[in-house]
Amino acid sequence: MPILEYEALEVALPGMARPILDGVSLSVAEGEAVALVGESGSGKSVTARAALGLLPAGARVGGQVRVGGAELIGADADTVRAVRTGKASMIFQDPRAGINPVRRVGDFLTEQLRLVGGRSKAEAEARVLELLGAVGLPDPPRHLRQYPHQMSGGMLQRVMIAGALTADPRLLLCDEPTTALDVTTQAEIMAILRRLQREKGLGLLLITHDLDLAAATCDRIYVMYAGRIVETGTAAELLAAPRHPYTAGLLGSSPPLHGELTRLVPIPGSPMSLAQSAPGCAFFDRCHFAQPGRCDQAAPPLAPLGAGMVACHRVDELANSAAQEIR
Amino acid sequence: MTTDPGLLLQVSGLRKTYPSGGATVVAVDDLSFSLRPGGALGIVGESGSGKTTTARMLVGLERPDQGEILVQGTPLAARVRGRTARLARAKAVQIVFQDPYLSLDGRISIGDTLDGVLRLHGSPSGADRAARVRELLAQVGLGDREAAALPRQLSGGQRQRAAIARALAVEPAVLVLDEAVSALDVSVQAQVLNLLSDIRRDTGIGLVFVSHDLAVVRYVCDEALVMYRGRTVEHQPVTDLLSMPQHPYTRLLLASVPRPDWDPEAIGEQRRDLVAADALVP
Amino acid sequence: MSISTSLLGNPLGALRRIGGGPLTRVSTLVLVLFVLAALFAPWLSPQDPTFGELGNNFVAPSPEHWLGTDGGGHDTFSALIEGTRTSLVGPLAVVVFATIGGIAVGLFTAWRGGWVDTVVGRVLDILFAFPALLLAILAVALFGKGLTAPVLAMAVAYLPYTARLVRSLTAQEKVRPYIAAYQVQGHSAVFVALRRLLPGIMPTVLAQSTVNFGYALLDLAALSFLGLGVQPPTPDWGAMINQGQAAVLQGEPLSAIVPAVAVVLVVVAFNVVGEHLGDRLAGRES
Repeated sequence: MPILEYEALEVALPGMARPILDGVSLSVAEGEAVALVGESGSGKSVTARAALGLLPAGARVGGQVRVGGAELIGADADTVRAVRTGKASMIFQDPRAGINPVRRVGDFLTEQLRLVGGRSKAEAEARVLELLGAVGLPDPPRHLRQYPHQMSGGMLQRVMIAGALTADPRLLLCDEPTTALDVTTQAEIMAILRRLQREKGLGLLLITHDLDLAAATCDRIYVMYAGRIVETGTAAELLAAPRHPYTAGLLGSSPPLHGELTRLVPIPGSPMSLAQSAPGCAFFDRCHFAQPGRCDQAAPPLAPLGAGMVACHRVDELANSAAQEIR
Repeated sequence: MTTDPGLLLQVSGLRKTYPSGGATVVAVDDLSFSLRPGGALGIVGESGSGKTTTARMLVGLERPDQGEILVQGTPLAARVRGRTARLARAKAVQIVFQDPYLSLDGRISIGDTLDGVLRLHGSPSGADRAARVRELLAQVGLGDREAAALPRQLSGGQRQRAAIARALAVEPAVLVLDEAVSALDVSVQAQVLNLLSDIRRDTGIGLVFVSHDLAVVRYVCDEALVMYRGRTVEHQPVTDLLSMPQHPYTRLLLASVPRPDWDPEAIGEQRRDLVAADALVP
Repeated sequence: MSISTSLLGNPLGALRRIGGGPLTRVSTLVLVLFVLAALFAPWLSPQDPTFGELGNNFVAPSPEHWLGTDGGGHDTFSALIEGTRTSLVGPLAVVVFATIGGIAVGLFTAWRGGWVDTVVGRVLDILFAFPALLLAILAVALFGKGLTAPVLAMAVAYLPYTARLVRSLTAQEKVRPYIAAYQVQGHSAVFVALRRLLPGIMPTVLAQSTVNFGYALLDLAALSFLGLGVQPPTPDWGAMINQGQAAVLQGEPLSAIVPAVAVVLVVVAFNVVGEHLGDRLAGRES
């Protein structure tokens, strides 16, 4: 059974030209690492937050979001709290934004265990020391007494991961967990997340803009554009043979580190803002293969193709030819 | 240092320290490099490497404690006084900053911003300036609509193009790009990278490209200098740097780039070894 | 002036554009009415407020004397209208001097930084310790009664408020890359600070000055009430309250209440409008 399941999730803000999320369906099984890849404004963060029952104020919401079988859309406060304190935890991009700078790391970490878990101070501290060791911090007793400003970004992100684990979740939601960190630190954080996920059999949803990072760390990938899933498949397949022109375009946009160096083929234009809308495919304006009269008429549905799914009107024609050539 | 007027930019023995709670932090230590006309040098490093301090020293926003910066054989004054000296310094080196949302004046349209730069640098007639503004914007792929727009009406990519046009308006000998593409979306980043390689090809301007991203440095530059804690640990042609990295830190940086057979556990170990070894060095 | 001219053209439409709640709109209306009263005082006041008819004192409100007369037989309504001028001009001068001076001090020190900034910061802290009213009384003791000396003294006392605000705004803004870009382009520091940085922070500074105006009016009215500010027979609200206080004891409070109500109305209105401007700017920033 999936630990996280979205079914046709719709989130729309009044006054915006298009919905933030438009029929997002996605699932993460226990023990599975899944990436949700997209650029700014794609709706990937809103998707992740919905799994904790966090939705933009005043939004019109439709569809379903289930965490460990519990439905979150329209749920009462107790259900939402039960999910947040026992089933799912979230790790954010900027670890400094999520921690009170004038309180010690130890107080921050034990608070949850004592207030929600009802543990004694000694029990909570013992558990936190264990967790700090699990996230690879060298000297847990010392870190307990430190203030956030005494730690580097990478260390603090590990504290946040330990904090996410205090609730003993079955699902970890990671929203750009390494974007604010150095590249060499990124590897360490990803190693910790992956090890925890494997050892504890957690479900992991990684939100990222970096398709290469997603492919290197996750089993399956969903690619999101303008509030819709446009392609999904296994990491290996998606990277080797992208089917959607947007996925192919993303891969063609980042220069390779090794091998032949040819001129990049960028995706023209910029990602669609919430003030813009399109009657047909949202990628129409930026697509090299867009066919007027067809692609701009109706939004393409997400349809199975091979082992994955793709939302493109021309996917059959492009599957084995043009989209590949971009790479 | 031997002065070679054939070189566009010569930096030698650059050092910058900051006081930090009684102690002294060495941000940049004994940095030397040179750039030939039309050349592009990548300065690669992570936070705390001193790469941004270097960029700021090159454009005069920070004063080096020691060392010298020569542009076309002429030393850059540590402290400029008077209009002529200021304009001469501006003509030597210009910069494009990381964040396109903070680097443009929110109250002034893109066209007026460029016009202001041209007026400052002595373009006399309004008609000439208007033509030049159009030409500069066209060079970075922007048009009349963007010229009339305020920064907040433009996307991140368009703003960064405008910032590049603003720097080019001065017609500098050297252009410094401080993480200039790292805040952009991947698809937009590729547009700006192509733009930079076009500018290099068309203008013969020298580029100093400061970045943490080796792949991006490879695309834009022909040589790269790796900085770690203020020191230069490696300086090679990019091709050699990527195929035969000499310093353990360069190897760590390379290994850190995510790819299909990525082993983050091993990278973490590699990094801890490096930090431990570094801690032993006085 | 564009606000007041557009208000004259289409008062209700302009009021709506100012936004905010009903309190903000009413406050704006109050301020506009008083400013108009000050501008057109000689034409608006039905009688000469300096002309007192003995034997016609403490007249109750009537078609001839709308708000009655005071103990000296002066028409209270006319005195109120004419008094608007002196009551508003004094604080205006205080705020103009304090704003210009505060900008000069705050901008220069924050831009310059280093020891200058530290020293001036300490001096401003010391000035904060002096209540404006006390400084004004001291000025009167040294230079004599009237409006000039207290206005100058209060300008000095109000200057630190603006200076501190400008200083922190400048320090915040000057590290932004767009300011660095101007410097790298070769613009002079004076140009960047005055022509590029200052206009950006000016709206916030003016919102603060609007609030200061209300306080300055209150302080100057208090000074006149103590008999140290505007001297009779020049009409002034503070002086009117002073002259009316004896009448209050005689059971004729109207001539003191009228100017007191005017002071309260204007001070509250300036506070409301100033806070609204500040809130609107804060909202635009975020």
